[in-house]
Amino acid sequence: MNRIIKIILLDILKNKIVLTYALIMALLSWSSFALEDNSSKGLLAILNIILFTVPLVSILFSTIYIYNSAEFIELLLSQPIKRIKIWLSLFFGLSISMVLAFGVGAGIPLLINAPDSIGLMMVVVGSLISVIFVALAFLSSIITRDKAKGIGIAIMTWLYFALIFDGMVLFLLFQFQEYPIENAMVGITALSPIDLARIQILLHLDISAMMGYTGAIFKDFFGTSTGLVASFLLLCLWAIIPFYISLKKFKNKDL
Amino acid sequence: MIEIKKCSKKFGKHEVLQNINLSFHKGECIALIGPNGCGKTTLIKSILGMVIPDSGSVEFNNKSIFGDYLYRENIGYMPQIGRYPDNMTIGQIIEMIKKIRNSEQALDEDLINAFELEKMFLKQMRTLSGGTTQKVSAALAFLFNPDVLILDEPTAGLDPLASEILKDKIIREKEKGKLILITSHLLSELDDLVTEIIFMQDGKVHFHKKVADLKSETNESKISKSIAKILKNKGNE
Repeated sequence: MNRIIKIILLDILKNKIVLTYALIMALLSWSSFALEDNSSKGLLAILNIILFTVPLVSILFSTIYIYNSAEFIELLLSQPIKRIKIWLSLFFGLSISMVLAFGVGAGIPLLINAPDSIGLMMVVVGSLISVIFVALAFLSSIITRDKAKGIGIAIMTWLYFALIFDGMVLFLLFQFQEYPIENAMVGITALSPIDLARIQILLHLDISAMMGYTGAIFKDFFGTSTGLVASFLLLCLWAIIPFYISLKKFKNKDL
Repeated sequence: MIEIKKCSKKFGKHEVLQNINLSFHKGECIALIGPNGCGKTTLIKSILGMVIPDSGSVEFNNKSIFGDYLYRENIGYMPQIGRYPDNMTIGQIIEMIKKIRNSEQALDEDLINAFELEKMFLKQMRTLSGGTTQKVSAALAFLFNPDVLILDEPTAGLDPLASEILKDKIIREKEKGKLILITSHLLSELDDLVTEIIFMQDGKVHFHKKVADLKSETNESKISKSIAKILKNKGNE
């Protein structure tokens, strides 16, 4: 397995896109901290950047990379290698490189400028988000053989989680504002990894005091250590379940 | 050595393989022939585990291949259209496969030398012509001294000199007692190679005969003529 992961990692590093991504993340993070006068504001700016760009780059790059590896996968399949191993190696290769790029780009400035639990949490959450969207890329690329369709599905997935889901939640909030839906809202956030990550971090910043009654309910759940563990577990599930489904499908795929 | 029992496969509504029963043994050199789209490549890919049959079983040395992968150590496969990562060079591909296999066996580099591939080790795969890609595929198939060689249209796209080199190599391997499975449309090329013929049509095995039997039954000295005769007789019936 390690040999194949190594080959894939070297191939991704040769491809300059990941390096450019790390560079842009570094540029954005350093400038956010330089522009804001306190680190809390800088963190908020970076949070928005992370939750917007990291999922997009992770899912798009991974989907295209998987489609371009079709020949590589075919070549390996005629060799004495387990099918699962090929798919796992691809997943680890892509996850490691995306997490590395995020760590180098955004992780270092975060840990230097906000060397506390929030800074560390941002790094962990950002890495998890990278892995989750790599896993979603595997799912979208196994669904169809058509490259254009697969990339389309990947973009739609990103759009849904980054924009549409929030819109739907807001709509629900306004429609049902007369009812006590605060507890249900906690449940609904679990349906989107991006929202899960956002709320998790917002609650640890000072601005959570301004979020009103819903904020208090959120704090009641996510603020406790059980809530923290639960939301991290949920994030892990968001990475494991899509990849597991894609692995099952890959095992029975005709090539 | 390889046993295929009641194998069926459908792609959508199209039945590519219908209840195929075949067995191949050591030392045989088998030609798999038939019109385009009759299921030859699908059959080969199911032996390799690249296509998973809907029903039936494939056994390699009396062990089912489903869920197994180590049996592929004994198979050298040359695909009809070799597809390789575009940005790798010939040298890198060969080096990578060697690393992945990690085998300590002596390597068989005859074909790499005969095709003079070393001279082109630095060329990227996407810049290669179809024939050169075929040479790389052939060199890789023979590289690890496998007991079974599966060659899908081996000489298509090769120049006469290269295809002669490849044919000589196949004959030498056959004499070592290996099982060789060839698909081809060039019947004239098969004459001095094969010992058995399998004729497939519409996903079914039409007949599976020894070449000697086939020739004596039809009173012909060439494979191509005997096949033509059989098909003609069948048409008259």
